[in-house]
Amino acid sequence: MTIALFLLRRLGGMVVLLLVLSLLVFGLLALSPVSELTTLLGTQPSTPEAVQAITAEYHLNDPFLVQYWHWLVDALHGNFGQSIQSGEPVGSVIVSHLPVTLELALYAGLLVLVLGVPVGMAAGIRRGRVFDRGVSGLTIVGMSAPGFSLGILLIYVFGVALNWFPVFGPGGDQAADRVAHLTLPSIALAAGLIALIVRQTRAATMHVMEQDYVTFARARGISRPRIMVSYALRNTGLPIVTAAGLQLIVAISGTVLVESVFSIPGAGQLMVQSIQSADIPVVQGLSFFVALLVMVVNLIVDVAVLIIDPRTRAAARG
Amino acid sequence: MTNFTTSTQLDETERAVDGATILTVNALRVTAGAAPGGRTLVSEVSFQLGRGETLGVVGESGSGKSLTAKAVVGLLPGGLRAQGSIDFAGHQLIDATHRTWRTLRGPRISLLLQDPFTMLNPLQTAGTHLAESLRRDKSLDRGARRAEIARRLGEVGLAPEVADQYPFQLSGGMRQRVALAAALARDPELLIADEPTTALDVTTQAEVLQLLKDIQRRRGMSLMLITHDLRVAFSICDRVQVMYAGLLMEQSPAAVLATDPGHPYSAGLLIADPPVTHYVAELTAIPGSVPHAEDVVDTCAFAARCSWVKPECTAAKPPLVSVGPSRTSACLRLDEIREELRSTLDRIDDPAPPPALPAADNAVVTVTELRKTFHTRRLVGKARHTMALDGVNLQIAHGESVGVVGETGSGKTTIARSLLGLVTPDSGQISLDGMDVSNYRRLSRLTRREARRFVQMVFQDPYTSLNPSLSIGTTLREVLSVRGDVTDPGEEVASLLGRVGLPASYAQRRPATLSGGERQRVAIARAIALRPRLLVCDEPVAALDVSAQAQVLELLRDIRRSDELSTLFITHDLSVVRQMTDRIIVLYHGQIVEAGDTATVLDNPQHTYTQRLLKAAPGVLSGADHAADPAWGEGEA
Repeated sequence: MTIALFLLRRLGGMVVLLLVLSLLVFGLLALSPVSELTTLLGTQPSTPEAVQAITAEYHLNDPFLVQYWHWLVDALHGNFGQSIQSGEPVGSVIVSHLPVTLELALYAGLLVLVLGVPVGMAAGIRRGRVFDRGVSGLTIVGMSAPGFSLGILLIYVFGVALNWFPVFGPGGDQAADRVAHLTLPSIALAAGLIALIVRQTRAATMHVMEQDYVTFARARGISRPRIMVSYALRNTGLPIVTAAGLQLIVAISGTVLVESVFSIPGAGQLMVQSIQSADIPVVQGLSFFVALLVMVVNLIVDVAVLIIDPRTRAAARG
Repeated sequence: MTNFTTSTQLDETERAVDGATILTVNALRVTAGAAPGGRTLVSEVSFQLGRGETLGVVGESGSGKSLTAKAVVGLLPGGLRAQGSIDFAGHQLIDATHRTWRTLRGPRISLLLQDPFTMLNPLQTAGTHLAESLRRDKSLDRGARRAEIARRLGEVGLAPEVADQYPFQLSGGMRQRVALAAALARDPELLIADEPTTALDVTTQAEVLQLLKDIQRRRGMSLMLITHDLRVAFSICDRVQVMYAGLLMEQSPAAVLATDPGHPYSAGLLIADPPVTHYVAELTAIPGSVPHAEDVVDTCAFAARCSWVKPECTAAKPPLVSVGPSRTSACLRLDEIREELRSTLDRIDDPAPPPALPAADNAVVTVTELRKTFHTRRLVGKARHTMALDGVNLQIAHGESVGVVGETGSGKTTIARSLLGLVTPDSGQISLDGMDVSNYRRLSRLTRREARRFVQMVFQDPYTSLNPSLSIGTTLREVLSVRGDVTDPGEEVASLLGRVGLPASYAQRRPATLSGGERQRVAIARAIALRPRLLVCDEPVAALDVSAQAQVLELLRDIRRSDELSTLFITHDLSVVRQMTDRIIVLYHGQIVEAGDTATVLDNPQHTYTQRLLKAAPGVLSGADHAADPAWGEGEA
């Protein structure tokens, strides 16, 4: 009940935020250094017909706010205009590039949670022992190695030398092939994030294990697995979920470099190309989607915190 | 007990003879860091605990009492090691395996900790805490389990609905009851309670102690109660052992210890505790502070603070020897000084007439109809409003000390913070000698400065109220520079330190190298450096050990007398109020329910809440219904 109410309020807030954002995204076009017409014409010869067509389509003779209104209505219908480079609708350009990036980000996110959280917890519990020191050393390596250089190293070791994984492209539509192709890029993307999450989990676990409630649980004979899950994991969950949300967002933007290294035609690559060729409609559409994604991730994090921590959902009853 | 050997063979035969012993600790030693260079925190502690017996372990901070308790349940903090022998019903607990502990912790030994606010998992309901602690019995269905949980909650005096509540929805006392029910869920034979009531309000404290005692009797359970408060120990324990600097000083039946202490330290503790029943002309403190265990390995640990010390006391560590029926003491000279020790107790039994009330006509502080409500916004749901002050009127005359008494949440601290301008009241007036300071934010800079000089504060916790990175001298000079009229700050700092009884060399030291009592002296020096007219003391001794408490209280009395300071003294401790104030006001839910001069209110309380507070003060409550301490009850009543 309280969660539903909270969700409703947050969704309302998101709509307002998206409107503000859409104004900024639309403003990109007006802010570009050359005239809007030149930008939108791109490489087409500027024949009077072409100029007229573009002027009509983008309502270029109308005042700014009216232009914006037309753009917004179209955008709400999923129509962000045409790519200047390819002439295809922006929507379909994005739809053909975004999924592989999302898969990459989710794969990396999964690696972060599955590897980072347990390793961090184990290090926090065995604080000061060999395992903890080894892990802490590795996290420094992980944090200081840039994703793209790590990617090249991975390609050399696991792709070329050992020949375990493919090193080029996104792979076909079959799941197994996809996973094989995305494994090395995901590791390259996740390495730094895993290191961060390990450190955060380790610190949180150390803090929780020193709390009175863990001592008290042990003193009254609560089993070790239960202490690990209901006490340590749930209580460390709060800071970790918050951090993980931020990291997923970082992971999405981090795909730009990794996609170039592994030649994956994802949203990151698309963004770079579109900016280079001043393909403003595609940039607008992509910015809009990424912003939406960031908001959704934040919303998921907030809901997760509400679910984990009863104190945050205490209503009038408390 | 003293000729005990560690041979297991003897262990068995002894238990066979005396089947009533459940716990035998022999030569327990707790060290930090790797042996042999490690620091010793507890050394040579030996004691026994019988079935159904209640043992009090009393000592100030650093005495090793908590570590002894944690060693018995095998939960010493990381880096600490226990050596010696701890025998629990035939199981050796030192370095016991995980498997041994699994059969012992919970069903046979359990531990209750001090702080109800940190002891429960914040993400679990009270019911879940109980459910996970109960014996895993597959034959019980959900309904039966719920009924069992309700029964357990009932045993500690809570309603079944509490099962669905999270710790943050419960008060401190209720949390401590839930924790107690969880600790007892597997029906242990031995419960170790580590300061279980210290973090609670006086009235709640009395209720929880009473509950602990009732449950212990009903179940015939053994109880080891760790406390810093001798009166708490006397109220429910059969036997008491006094620890100091990691060593045992004395073991005695509770009733005997109360009137006939077997060690100068025990006597010191007894008289350092101010009585609630009458005013005492001079509060007696134990001079100095508690040493580290490793600094007193080859001397009597208490020698440096003892008034009866002789050269032989510092020649070697005195052994714990039998000094009477079921009594031991580590004092070499006990036979010679026993009578003297006994007579020192009379000192606090002599009522002195409280100082005359100052003339009430020249009010330094006038507070009229003060109101304050706090609003807390939440992520979801309605905001909460907490009424902290509901029309409080208050006057403090020149040189007068007014005590504010009440429980957590009664609004005590809000009054103090309003006087200092840290909280802006919603309505009402505060006037400091004619200067209207109801809203500090609306004052001109000049008036605000004047007001801030007028009032100074001594906070509760000297461990956090001093900046750890500044030396004592820098801290004091900083304040003196605000005063503006100081020509020689160095000399002024030295004289300030002298006034609070610290050597001038302390100016170079940092707070971390000072004991709690010394830090509070520095905090007092800082407060009086500005020569304020009003000193607000918010629980200034609540965080201090008993022996330091008396020193600080006596110092505050001195300063008040010589500077003719007006003070507002906030405390939950009625014995402190009795010693430190001329008048008191009793605060309950933001309203003054009773006010008057201290002696009248405490001797003849009118409001039921005041009566409840007085009844709850330890020593007053239990004198009547516990056979073990009639003598103490007499002293108090």
